[in-house]
Amino acid sequence: MLKFICPICEIETDETELIPGGEAHLKRVGPGSSDQNFYAYLFERKNPRGIHFERWLHSYGCGKWFHVARCTKTMEVFGTYSAQEIKPPKKILDAIKKKLPNGKNVK
Amino acid sequence: MKKYSAFSLIKESFNNHFGWEKAWKKNNLKKKYKVVIVGAGGHGLATAYYLGKNFGIRDVAVIEKGWLGGGNTGRNTTIIRSNYLQEESAAIYEKSRSLYEKLSQELNYNVMFSPRGVMMLCQTEHELRAMKRTYYANRLFGVDTEMVSPARMKEMIPIININGPRFPILGGLWQPRGGTARHDAVAWGYARAISNWGVDIIENCEVIGVNKNQNKINSVETTKGTINCEKMCFVVAGSSSILAELCGFRLPVESVALQALVSEPIKPVMHCVVMANTVHGYMSQSDKGEMVIGGGADGYNNYTQRGSFQHIEETVRALIETFPFISRLRQLRQWGGIVDMTGDRSPIISKTPIENIYVNCGWGTGGFKAIPGSGWATAELIANGEPGELAAPFSLERFKEGRMIDESVAAAVAH
Amino acid sequence: MTSRFSKGGILINRKKKLSFKFNGKNLFGFSGDTLASALLANNQVLIGRSFKYHRPRGFVSSGVEEPNALLSIGSGGSLEPNRSATTLELFDGIEAMSQNHFGSLEWDIGSISNLLSKIFPAGFYYKTFIKPRFAWKHIFEPTIRSAAGLGKAPKEHDLSSYDYFYAHLDVVIVGGGISGLVTAKNLASLGLKILLVEQKHFFGGYALSEEFKINNLDSSEFIKNLEDDLSNNENVILKKNFSIVGVHDHSYLLGLENFEVLESEDHSSIRHRLWRIRTKHLILATGAIERPLVFAGNDVPGVILSSAANEFYKLYGISQGDRVILITNNDSAYSAVVELFNAGISIPLVIDVREKSVGELPLKVKDLGIRVEFGKAITKVLGKKRVKAVEICSVVGEGSVLETIICDSVLMSGGWTSTLNLWSHCGGKIKWDNQLNTLVPDETKQSTNELGQSFISVVGSARGQFWPSELFDNMETVIKNICKIFNLRKIKYEKYQIKEIIHEKTSPISCVPESADENLKGKSFVDYQNDVKLTDLRIATQEGYESVEHLKRYTTLGMATDQGKLSNINGIKILSNLVGKEINEVGTTTFRPPYTPISLGSIAGEARKELFKPIRKTPMHKWHQENGAIWEPVGDWQRPYTYLRNNETKEEAVYREVKNTRNSLGMLDASTLGKIIVSGNDAGEFLDLIYTNMMSTLKPGRCRYGLMCNENGFLFDDGVVARLNEKTFLCHTTTGGSDKVYSWMEEWHQTEWWDKKVFIQNLTEEYAQITIAGPKARLLLEKLGGLDVESKKFQPLDFIEGKLGNFEVRVFRISFSGELSFEIATPSANGEALWLRCLELGSELGITSYGTEALHIMRAEKGFIMIGDETDGTVIPQDLNLDWAVSKKKKDFIGKRAHERIYMQDPNRKTLVGLSLKDSIQKIPDGAYALKSGGSSSEDVLGHITSTYFSPSLDKPIAMALLKNGKSLKGQEVDIPLGSGNKLRAIVVDPQFYDIEGKRQNV
Repeated sequence: MLKFICPICEIETDETELIPGGEAHLKRVGPGSSDQNFYAYLFERKNPRGIHFERWLHSYGCGKWFHVARCTKTMEVFGTYSAQEIKPPKKILDAIKKKLPNGKNVK
Repeated sequence: MKKYSAFSLIKESFNNHFGWEKAWKKNNLKKKYKVVIVGAGGHGLATAYYLGKNFGIRDVAVIEKGWLGGGNTGRNTTIIRSNYLQEESAAIYEKSRSLYEKLSQELNYNVMFSPRGVMMLCQTEHELRAMKRTYYANRLFGVDTEMVSPARMKEMIPIININGPRFPILGGLWQPRGGTARHDAVAWGYARAISNWGVDIIENCEVIGVNKNQNKINSVETTKGTINCEKMCFVVAGSSSILAELCGFRLPVESVALQALVSEPIKPVMHCVVMANTVHGYMSQSDKGEMVIGGGADGYNNYTQRGSFQHIEETVRALIETFPFISRLRQLRQWGGIVDMTGDRSPIISKTPIENIYVNCGWGTGGFKAIPGSGWATAELIANGEPGELAAPFSLERFKEGRMIDESVAAAVAH
Repeated sequence: MTSRFSKGGILINRKKKLSFKFNGKNLFGFSGDTLASALLANNQVLIGRSFKYHRPRGFVSSGVEEPNALLSIGSGGSLEPNRSATTLELFDGIEAMSQNHFGSLEWDIGSISNLLSKIFPAGFYYKTFIKPRFAWKHIFEPTIRSAAGLGKAPKEHDLSSYDYFYAHLDVVIVGGGISGLVTAKNLASLGLKILLVEQKHFFGGYALSEEFKINNLDSSEFIKNLEDDLSNNENVILKKNFSIVGVHDHSYLLGLENFEVLESEDHSSIRHRLWRIRTKHLILATGAIERPLVFAGNDVPGVILSSAANEFYKLYGISQGDRVILITNNDSAYSAVVELFNAGISIPLVIDVREKSVGELPLKVKDLGIRVEFGKAITKVLGKKRVKAVEICSVVGEGSVLETIICDSVLMSGGWTSTLNLWSHCGGKIKWDNQLNTLVPDETKQSTNELGQSFISVVGSARGQFWPSELFDNMETVIKNICKIFNLRKIKYEKYQIKEIIHEKTSPISCVPESADENLKGKSFVDYQNDVKLTDLRIATQEGYESVEHLKRYTTLGMATDQGKLSNINGIKILSNLVGKEINEVGTTTFRPPYTPISLGSIAGEARKELFKPIRKTPMHKWHQENGAIWEPVGDWQRPYTYLRNNETKEEAVYREVKNTRNSLGMLDASTLGKIIVSGNDAGEFLDLIYTNMMSTLKPGRCRYGLMCNENGFLFDDGVVARLNEKTFLCHTTTGGSDKVYSWMEEWHQTEWWDKKVFIQNLTEEYAQITIAGPKARLLLEKLGGLDVESKKFQPLDFIEGKLGNFEVRVFRISFSGELSFEIATPSANGEALWLRCLELGSELGITSYGTEALHIMRAEKGFIMIGDETDGTVIPQDLNLDWAVSKKKKDFIGKRAHERIYMQDPNRKTLVGLSLKDSIQKIPDGAYALKSGGSSSEDVLGHITSTYFSPSLDKPIAMALLKNGKSLKGQEVDIPLGSGNKLRAIVVDPQFYDIEGKRQNV
């Protein structure tokens, strides 16, 4: 049962208060984009066995979306950050680099 | 291959069963094969089987990173049904179900296919209407189902509570020839058959690289050596995206946990499978007597083969409302697998951007029932280089075209 | 004969006698007994039949690892099958029945299968029952299934109640044996919140029965002092009858608290409480479980683990019989012999499979004059329902009988296995230690928490520290580590004086004799409950099922209710011998929660029956209930489907409601529809992205019907949007869509378009909403008074605000029924009152309430679509002739790009048409499909019927359908197959049936 520190209300919140929202930092493309790019936006996902940047909604709490950096193999959480950050903050990327220096997927 | 039969069993009992051979040979990896199948789960083994049976292609290796059948094939709740709404889905699942019916005889291995029937409950008016549509679709597309009234359902399943205070049962869709099978036996049965032909099954052999030559498959790098091959297909639920990345492309797939649990074994009390979609739970009773219980998948990307407890809570609550007697039974064990969910929740059996590399994935929560049909269709794809009728709708291209095969029937719950 | 000594038994209270029943017999025990000890006190050694071969079975253990003593307890709503007698604390009035026999326990017809055991080795069913096919379905499988299972299922509803509990702790200590208690003592002064739990009904574990001196006190006394001490410490919570059954991700534990004894005495209203615990650190003081030895006849009732015999004696005063022998591969079992000998039991022989032992305990036993033979083993145990004698042989060799010794009971000990399930639930790895002959935690591969840190420590015999002087070997390290984790200053760590016991190494031997023949091997049991024998493991590996998981699944070793607690290690050792690999190479199977089985009722907790799922109710709910409403679940709401009067059928009621609304006046509770406010400078722009229509051009005071698609282009919700003022829009959604659309808007605003200045509020429950529809609708509003509702002033798709009567309202002139219609919104608190007022004033106008079904019929008569019927997740607005609602001007909105994909532009897509039946007054059945006229195969399928009703307004059936290239089919005939083989014939028409010019709503 996962728990995260909601970056908006700054409390530790239990998974039962949250709704998962899939991969983060997807770049929306709309009219004018190629079929391939639109397909990639809608459907292609990294789905890594390792560090995943993802979205979560604090549904039974402050009602805000936020981002989480989490390892999908060990469930380690490297940090949570605002939904309006379009890429992971340096602090979190540094923490990840420290743990997994060669950046490869976890076995 | 020494034939299995009551006669040989009794004969061997006089010999203390020393005459039984290995179910599948433990050969060494060769350097070259015509076809390499990555993944010795049900789907991968079935693919190799139908490649050999329908197309005479037996220069095949099935390589497996762990132990044979150790992925989702060994972890599911063994339900077999084909009462799907969309014509394309019904076709492949019904093909699969009908292959299951005769599988034990064909493989000479008792996979214990039990055509005990599958009952899908309708607990809202909307669900009832949707199920009726599935009924008509089934009739048209060759799947044998019927609608059942609550009273009739109570006769068929005495232990069910049709008058739950929150969601009384309004009817059900009954597939009499659906049922269950012994999941491990399906994998073992296919493995024995193909091994007998000389197909190599190599366990504890992980793919760590894919080598291409001008966008065409050249060889596969494994922990046990490099294999040259003409064609390669990967069938690795829970590792599909990883294999795809090694090949150099991405899949429209996200991997999440699917959990299940069993109770302690009790004397027979339930003679069919019951699925209650409104309340998210389904249950059947194994031949050993355990109540086998499952629910919906967890919602977040997860490679641990463990899930969150709240889903177990939700499922158990739902089933206690439907079968109040189970409250005093005990949960004996819970476990999880990794299922691949695609953009429209329907599977992918397809060519890939790389020539002669094929992919079979995305079965979500419906993989076990599909094993023979999926193997059949994938073998066709690999042998011909083009999908046949069963596989064609499930190509990767459909996502670009906007041609979804969606089984969820209506997102909204209406007025 | 087993019996109770007249003295002794640390846990029993001989002053408090309890009565219970076993198989109908009236028996007595004492408070403090387990059901097992009480049965043994009454010489009940045979207590069940094994699963497959129906072999007579007795108690093998005294704890949770018991594989044989599964009984059905209670009856009716308190029936619990498969309850292990060793874990059930005795309470007055227990009714216990043995399980899994056809006929009586003593004379079980099912034991015929035992005679055929050679034909039925493990996995035999894979090789047979293959042909003929019908025989499997009709004969073989039913036979196998009827023999399956152990206990019978309860038939009635569970009478007990179950509870939830949530706890947040600093340290949880699992195990109230001496190591757990000492750990708690050492941590108690740190000010941390500590929970210490013990699965049994007493603290002290094996230190109560296998006593030693600690700081010159008897261990039992030392434990009592500790217990008192800790219960007075305000930072420490001590719990008995409490099992931590699972460790889940992010240090989330599940603990089952058992109140069965208290419930039986009416001192507890709940039976079990399932705790959900978050802890910062977890300490496993989970001890170890003794292993059986594998030899022929090791399952005959009377063969029992040495530690169990010792526990039954010390704790409950039970004697295993007058003549008892021991077979062992280690030193620790000798202590049981000493105890029993001193109690007056005759010990004819101790058999030690090792060559020798220089240990203190064997020496002590020899000094007592007891015969000890090394290098010996048991050929076979004689006796079927009870041990009669044993045949002795050499360890090496085939088992030629050297001597036969008469005895009542055989104690066995194959060494100890540390209990490490909880260590590995969350990914921690375990390895085999050849020196200690047990599993130990692999501290390089630990379970980790959300910070990627290890959070589990292991103390005591759970770490392979079996001997008293070793118990606290790593205690100091653990305490230091905890101080580090919690940033506390190091404490003074207490040291204990425990005398070392010189002991010999445990032998790795688990099966004897070493070269036993197939006959003997066929009677040597590895897994008791599932009847897995030595020969089964050999056959399995011979057939190539050699990986540990394959072996388990093929033979079912370790898959019984004890989950391999006694069988896994022996199984792995045998496997490693058979395949010639080291144990660590062979590996262990995965431990999964729960450690011990937990009731499904405890998982569900209180969310049962009426509390299963909360019902959302509108302010008028009570009125509906009292006025004949038939409820329809719509999401979490319940809405009236129709209102039954007198002796109406549902159909009659619905038609009455439709006719009445179309002819005079109807009212509907529309409160469940979503009401979402979108306000701010960019509200219009934002809604232009959300809806397919142009919303920003909507004028204040006006309404517009809008459609919402997802990014994949599919229509998923619709509703009327009202512009309240320049910056504020009120969006209505379907009932099922209210929370969904609100979340949808928030998601887009927060994660994609956060630069847009908007506020979004879900006000669905703030307002009650009543639809007043029918030719007399305006008259009712005039009667309520306060608003100018004259036709020219209040036009279709207008809304006005003000007061109707005394009620603050907003009135929308929108119509879903096609009649003159107004929707009145008022704050929820006044909903019921307004409803009643409308009824009052409307009665002389002929007002009648109508439900959802009447509404569905009326909208279908008008050809209005309904989300969920005309849509199914694969339908785009263009399919439903709603192109007019899809803006061509807007550069972008959610779904626009998706609609441009090739499949969405295919002219052969299914589009919406109407169907008019040719010769039928019966409506088309729900869910039917339409085929080309004369067609019969799946290739002739044109599409499916989306809505079908009998129209009371037109007195004929109507239907809408999605058919391939629907427009081109207009005027053509189609076939609609019915289930029975008959078919209906219909003509394709426009999907509007009633008041096609739409005049009625405009009056």
